[in-house]
Amino acid sequence: MKPAALWRIGLVIGLVALLEVLCLAGVIDKLTMQPPHVMAMDIWRMLASGSLNAAIAKTLGNAAIAFLLAMAIGVAAAIAIHRVKAVREALDPLFATYYAIPIFAFYPLLIILFGLGDAPEIFIGTALGVVGVIVNTLNGLDRVPRVLMKTARIARFSTLETAWRITLPYASPYILSGAKLAVAYSLIGIIGAEFIMSSSGMGYEISFAYNNFDNATMYPLIVLVLVVAGTFNAALGRWEKALMARRGLV
Amino acid sequence: MTASSVRSLRNGAVLILVLLAIWQGLYWMVGDVALRSPLQTVMFTAKLLGSDSFWPHLAETATAFGVALALSVVLGLAIGFALGTNRFANDVFEPMLVTAYSIPKITLYPILLLMFGLGISAKIAFGTIHGVIPIALFTISAVRNIRPVLVKTGRVMGLRPFEMVTRVLLPAAMPEIFAGLRIGFSLTLIGTLLGEMFASQRGLGFLLMNAIGLHNIDVIMALTFLLTLFAGAASILLLHMNRRLQSPA
Repeated sequence: MKPAALWRIGLVIGLVALLEVLCLAGVIDKLTMQPPHVMAMDIWRMLASGSLNAAIAKTLGNAAIAFLLAMAIGVAAAIAIHRVKAVREALDPLFATYYAIPIFAFYPLLIILFGLGDAPEIFIGTALGVVGVIVNTLNGLDRVPRVLMKTARIARFSTLETAWRITLPYASPYILSGAKLAVAYSLIGIIGAEFIMSSSGMGYEISFAYNNFDNATMYPLIVLVLVVAGTFNAALGRWEKALMARRGLV
Repeated sequence: MTASSVRSLRNGAVLILVLLAIWQGLYWMVGDVALRSPLQTVMFTAKLLGSDSFWPHLAETATAFGVALALSVVLGLAIGFALGTNRFANDVFEPMLVTAYSIPKITLYPILLLMFGLGISAKIAFGTIHGVIPIALFTISAVRNIRPVLVKTGRVMGLRPFEMVTRVLLPAAMPEIFAGLRIGFSLTLIGTLLGEMFASQRGLGFLLMNAIGLHNIDVIMALTFLLTLFAGAASILLLHMNRRLQSPA
């Protein structure tokens, strides 16, 4: 292992240990944060008892739906937009300013339109992620070498076949960068929406536990969300790196 | 005016018209229950801007956002320059920053509330953790991409570290840093607003949440419109400045 990686692991362990000592010594009081070992035990207890499994399943399930929708819509839209130059030019300013717009401000409208339930939450998660996927996919499609497109034309591929066999595989590392964004954004969208207004899910449970000073429930849930997001992102990042390495790009 | 700027103006105009048309069409479909037409929204926004009770909330949000943005920029640039000029420290810390960038920070908000208490400081902290990481990451890559000959020249001139940053590194890395600032700007705004929507008694986010509770569609539409307008305008302005920086004068 490289020394930098060892240092990094050492640093993380050191930080957790520091937190543990500060919490046990009472510098950070119990109402603010629990010592890490208590959090770990709480996670185990929570998962074993199954009391919050329904909320966890609902949130992660919705996030997965939002992620898949963002990927499917994003990649399809990018292929369509890439073909028509005028549409792309018109949409460019929208893409450039999109993430400056607070999408959560539309949540109340979505609740009124779809009712309080899964649909507005999934809509927010998808809407947040989709533009990241579109922009990254377009970036990848831009880089497909001309010669590959010519080969496709010589082989008389149809539009779909060209996308499936040439452009999408070529753009896959860039699409994976978009996928990493979509993982984070779908979780942000779902949990944020649950925070603001909802009656179930992890976001709701976290905010309920916060309001009741129930740190034994709040911290395990937060750590669980971070672990899930971190694991997914690390896996996608590794895949992306492997694809890039195969092309000698790293 | 060059041909490309005329084209980008035309594209922007077309986009705004299309969005307005979609908005009006949605209004016709959904009706008064959930939406207001563009015209009604603009009129109510003007009324809202004229009322006295609105301005303290705007001031609260503006203060929180301003402080959070200043903190993000200062901290982000400091982290970026420290890591960008030190290879080993960068190898240790950059993957941690990338991970921190991709986690859903909204789950951390209750922890920040417990640490900072209810009030403006928790919002500022929440806005800052959103903005600081992209600024730091872009600065790192900008500093790393500076041509070595510039740094060597600075060293030959015997510049002190601070002079090195202000005279050589900052000007050379500015275009790329600016791209990070643009993203940091939007994320800080979103962070601050999210902070206000959850456990807050003042600010635009609070007004929005209050309007949701009261089902006051006029206020919801006007606030959404104002925020989108502000964020969009600021983002376009920054994008324009960024392009000016990137194209050689």
